[in-house]
Amino acid sequence: MRPQTRWMSLVSACGAVLLLGGATPALAQETHVANRTGHATAGKPLYQRYCVGCHGDDGDGLGENAQWIDPKPRDFTTATFKCRSTQSGSLPTDQDLYNSVARGFVATNMPPWDALTPQNRVDLVSYIKTFSPRWAGAAAPTPIEVPAESPATIESILHGREVFQRLECWKCHGPSGHGDGPSASTLTDSKDNPIRPYNFSMGSRFKCGTTNQDLYRIFMTGLDGTPMPSFSDNLQPSDAWDLVHFLRTLQPLNTPEALTWQGWLKTHRGELKPIGPEGGAQ
Amino acid sequence: MITWSGKDIAILITVGLAIGAAPSSATPVSGESPPEVTAYIRSVGSVQPAYLLSTRSVHRSAEIPAFARKYGLPCSACHTVWPELNAFGQRFRDNGYQLGNDRDSPIWQNNGYWPIAVRTTPQVHLENTTHQPIDPPPSERGITQAGFDISGMDLLMLGTLHKDITFGLVPTIDADGTAGVEAAFVRFDNLGHSPWANLKVGKFELDNLLSEKRFTWLSNNGGFLYAYHYQPAGSVDSYAFGIGDNQIGAEVSGHSINSYTRYSVSLLTTDDGEAGLPGGNSMDAMVSLSHAFATGGGLGPQRIGVFAYLGHRPTAFDVVNGEPIPGTGTANKSFYRIGATAQVWLGNLELLPLVARAQDDAALGGSTQKPTWNSALLEAHYIATTRLMVQGRYEILRMSKQADPAIPKTFGNADAIAVGVRAYPFMFSRDGMAIHGEFAMTRTVGMAPLSGDGSGVDPYDPATKVWSRSLLLAFDFAF
Repeated sequence: MRPQTRWMSLVSACGAVLLLGGATPALAQETHVANRTGHATAGKPLYQRYCVGCHGDDGDGLGENAQWIDPKPRDFTTATFKCRSTQSGSLPTDQDLYNSVARGFVATNMPPWDALTPQNRVDLVSYIKTFSPRWAGAAAPTPIEVPAESPATIESILHGREVFQRLECWKCHGPSGHGDGPSASTLTDSKDNPIRPYNFSMGSRFKCGTTNQDLYRIFMTGLDGTPMPSFSDNLQPSDAWDLVHFLRTLQPLNTPEALTWQGWLKTHRGELKPIGPEGGAQ
Repeated sequence: MITWSGKDIAILITVGLAIGAAPSSATPVSGESPPEVTAYIRSVGSVQPAYLLSTRSVHRSAEIPAFARKYGLPCSACHTVWPELNAFGQRFRDNGYQLGNDRDSPIWQNNGYWPIAVRTTPQVHLENTTHQPIDPPPSERGITQAGFDISGMDLLMLGTLHKDITFGLVPTIDADGTAGVEAAFVRFDNLGHSPWANLKVGKFELDNLLSEKRFTWLSNNGGFLYAYHYQPAGSVDSYAFGIGDNQIGAEVSGHSINSYTRYSVSLLTTDDGEAGLPGGNSMDAMVSLSHAFATGGGLGPQRIGVFAYLGHRPTAFDVVNGEPIPGTGTANKSFYRIGATAQVWLGNLELLPLVARAQDDAALGGSTQKPTWNSALLEAHYIATTRLMVQGRYEILRMSKQADPAIPKTFGNADAIAVGVRAYPFMFSRDGMAIHGEFAMTRTVGMAPLSGDGSGVDPYDPATKVWSRSLLLAFDFAF
């Protein structure tokens, strides 16, 4: 064999090996958000680029930085997600995952990835869904219905305050919503990692959105994997909206609810019963 | 742990072969010019090397492992390949180095965290320039130098002093030990809780859409853009300027939540980033606008943008003992740089075109006409993986009008070509290293090409085409 021919053969053989070695098993998972279709094959390199440091190569939340992060990164292999529009215990919709990627999670290491193109985000969601067998053949879950919001009157806010007391939200979130209730220090997530309840005085963003509808959805679906349960079985929609309106007054914002509440407090503060164990009689 | 995929190795081999096959020399073309023109041109040609020596000795680019450590994100989260920013990194930078997850203030950091990173680049490189004058005149020959070398060192200190208050301090030490301050600023972010209002004061990079500060080029001939630094023959000594240089002043900027729409307006002192008060009483202004479209399935959005730099420089001073008195500059004359650029993604292929036009007042050009020139470039990056990038660039600069009608119109024309590869053996959130290979060559008419090390002397004949080449292998690391 002439030297040139030998070289060509060697290069060809190397090329074939590289091609075969670099081949990736087909990742058939697809995601549909609005009019976009995401593909897991396209999502994989994006996951390697943006997500792997925390969520790990296998999506198990054991990336190299997981040991330094609190709260811990999501374990995609369990397909348990906090932010859903679906019933507690069910899978989220593609749109839920897409929104979570774009929005990030306040007070965690998960930033908003809204600078990524929508197509990139849909592709990422597709790849995230390959980590758990729960997605295989699963039908798209149906989101819960969010009824029309009732007016944010002072009566609604006061009733929401009563609901806050009755459902014992204060035990975790604290009487003032600072996340410092008597049970706060004992809470753990589904992986036995310590977890802190949400502090309403920290800002405008909730874990799963910023709107009243988002807040309604949080306590009607629960935050799976955390101690925050779903109250859909023991909370009527009207009560839920009243609770939303009261929770808005705990934020350091000039929301309509907060303004209504502050105006009422000027003349009625003395009529309020305390929230907490001593407020059980209200 | 160092791991290489078969795809990485195949591309490396291909690029290596391509570089090895590049021509090692080119035949210059000489012409005739009147001796007086040649003498005049040679007398003014020394301006450019002086500028280069003072600004090109350390990295022009920055990537900040300290941010990766702070947030636990790999380099690839913010960089297509470091140091070039991707859309997420641009948003992070626009937001004052804040991710926006209410964990940006230093109060959330471990007490042991320091917002500091260091970058340096051991290297071996070869530099070759044709048509270098030697004794006796008018003899010329090509000069080649090669050997091991080091870059300067950048100390990259950037972060947040408080939520929505950002700082940057970048002391640099040249390879010869000379210290300088590349950047020093404070930035007030999200004024009025709006991303559209941010104020930065100090010394900082101009809002160039194609950034030299996050450049993926390192060689003497590849590590700068003619469009950002060129000044024509005859420019007066008091007028040194480069749009690619960090400048001192104030910048108001803003952006949409995802930074797809961005603007900046800067008011700048007229000393090209040198500390101290300027000699004249004018100010420069820079305006930049861009918008990105979330179309296509590429690695990022498609962005288009425009920029304009408008300035004045004094051309007359009061003097004492024959020396100009700082602060007495008058007879301000104007200059401008305007241009448009884009960032186009076709899958993993990134195209970065730029076109620009520039003009100086005749007084700044040192003669009777307003020197005018145009430049255009196309830079391409193929992001094979998060750890491998192949790149190329071609830039042309053409004089449209010389300040002195006696100067040949082609004098100063330039063509610059560069190809390179950057491979990152590992990618995580503590530090970074790139194995950098680059070949760059430029051809200029009548003068030594702009070069990162400031070397090179103009040829005797202003029509001579001078080639300068750089071949570089470097180990670029930051921690």
